[in-house]
Amino acid sequence: MANLLIKNLYFHIFGPVNIEVEASECIGVTGPSGAGKTLFLRSVADLDQHRGSMSIGGIESTGMPAPEWRKKAGLLLSESSWWFDLVGDHFVNMNETWLEKLGFDISVLGWEVSRLSTGERQRLALLRLLSNRPDVLLLDEPTANLDAENSKNIEMFIADYRCENKAAVIWVSHDMDQLNRAASRCYKFNSDGLETIWK
Amino acid sequence: MEIISLTPFDLSVAAILVIALSFVSARMGIGLGRQILVAGLRTTIQLFLVGLVLESLFANVHLGWLLLIAIAMLLAAGREVTNRQKRKFSGWWGFGVGMVSMSISSFSITILALTVIIDLKPWYEPQYAVPLLGMLLGNTMSGIAIGLDRLTQTAWDQRNRIEARLVLGDDWSDAIRDIRRESIRSGMIPIINAMAVAGIVSLPGMMTGQILAGNPPLEAVKYQILIMFLISGGTGFGTMFAVWLGSRRLFDDRQRLCLDRIKKTG
Repeated sequence: MANLLIKNLYFHIFGPVNIEVEASECIGVTGPSGAGKTLFLRSVADLDQHRGSMSIGGIESTGMPAPEWRKKAGLLLSESSWWFDLVGDHFVNMNETWLEKLGFDISVLGWEVSRLSTGERQRLALLRLLSNRPDVLLLDEPTANLDAENSKNIEMFIADYRCENKAAVIWVSHDMDQLNRAASRCYKFNSDGLETIWK
Repeated sequence: MEIISLTPFDLSVAAILVIALSFVSARMGIGLGRQILVAGLRTTIQLFLVGLVLESLFANVHLGWLLLIAIAMLLAAGREVTNRQKRKFSGWWGFGVGMVSMSISSFSITILALTVIIDLKPWYEPQYAVPLLGMLLGNTMSGIAIGLDRLTQTAWDQRNRIEARLVLGDDWSDAIRDIRRESIRSGMIPIINAMAVAGIVSLPGMMTGQILAGNPPLEAVKYQILIMFLISGGTGFGTMFAVWLGSRRLFDDRQRLCLDRIKKTG
């Protein structure tokens, strides 16, 4: 069981946020640009300063080194970054079936990052994150640069990962249709917390 | 061979060159006329003051006086390192990172040279200690200034990459490893180049001075080699330490990238 429990989380000018995401559950978070959704995800990944407590499967974030927590609470940043020349250098272990599911084959590992399109980078960044096998997925507009077909593909892929690994997912998006498909609950992000849109 | 003492007249002839340069630049509208004069004046006054200080220091050999001079030099160098940063650490760290690294590397290497290599009695003989420390500090200062400037600027520009690595579970040291390596490189390259071309393109200043003062060239060469090695050691290790310390400061106890700890200057 790897549920995500967030209690009285304050960060920047926002909070308190209280939410529990069960294992295998996906919740949607929406709200206008600049409302703090990205900052919220960054705080849950312990990338920004915050107050309050967070735990995965009952283990507090402060009870482990930050890198270990970030491996468990995998954050997909809206803009992917790459630091080596070749795609493959960014991957420790690569699951070939995953590559195929997202429309790549193993040769992609030898490609130069600079020649990838934005959409290709975004899909590969998701694979890079999932190869850590995080218990919690924090997705910041994971399909922002993708066409409709690739978006659907990603939605299915994430749903499969969530069910197979019993992962808890927080999905931030502006696309209400997408959240309707992907999430079982949906919230609007406000400066003083999460407001329920539907359950 | 006797040292030919320079008269005020000799210096005036050379000064005419500077005045002429200032005049011509002013006429050409380069806009440096005034600055050249001010810089020339500063050189004259500063060097004469240092000369007076050294004369009295040499006359009164005492460890206390030497330490006082050394600390004054260190503070000046620390200020210079801070001023050369485009983005410097805020608060005490801005001054501290460079100062601590410089004092550790320059002081320890100077003391090593004085006690073990030159083997002076007393080891703090200012005739050797002050010029040695000066040369070490001057070069270490450049290396550290370049290294730190590169570190903070690159970290600022590549924050997304650093954070992308943190997010994937890299620790702070891995996340900034490439930037740290490049910063240390750029701090060390000038002294490595200087060693590589020494004597081919130009005669190093210290050696030139010794030869002008009438020392046998081979004695001057030996001292120059010693200085070059000391300087590379001081600059290299000083830069490594400063960049490491700086890179650590960029992260907090939860290994978050804290760019609010650096601020833009000027």
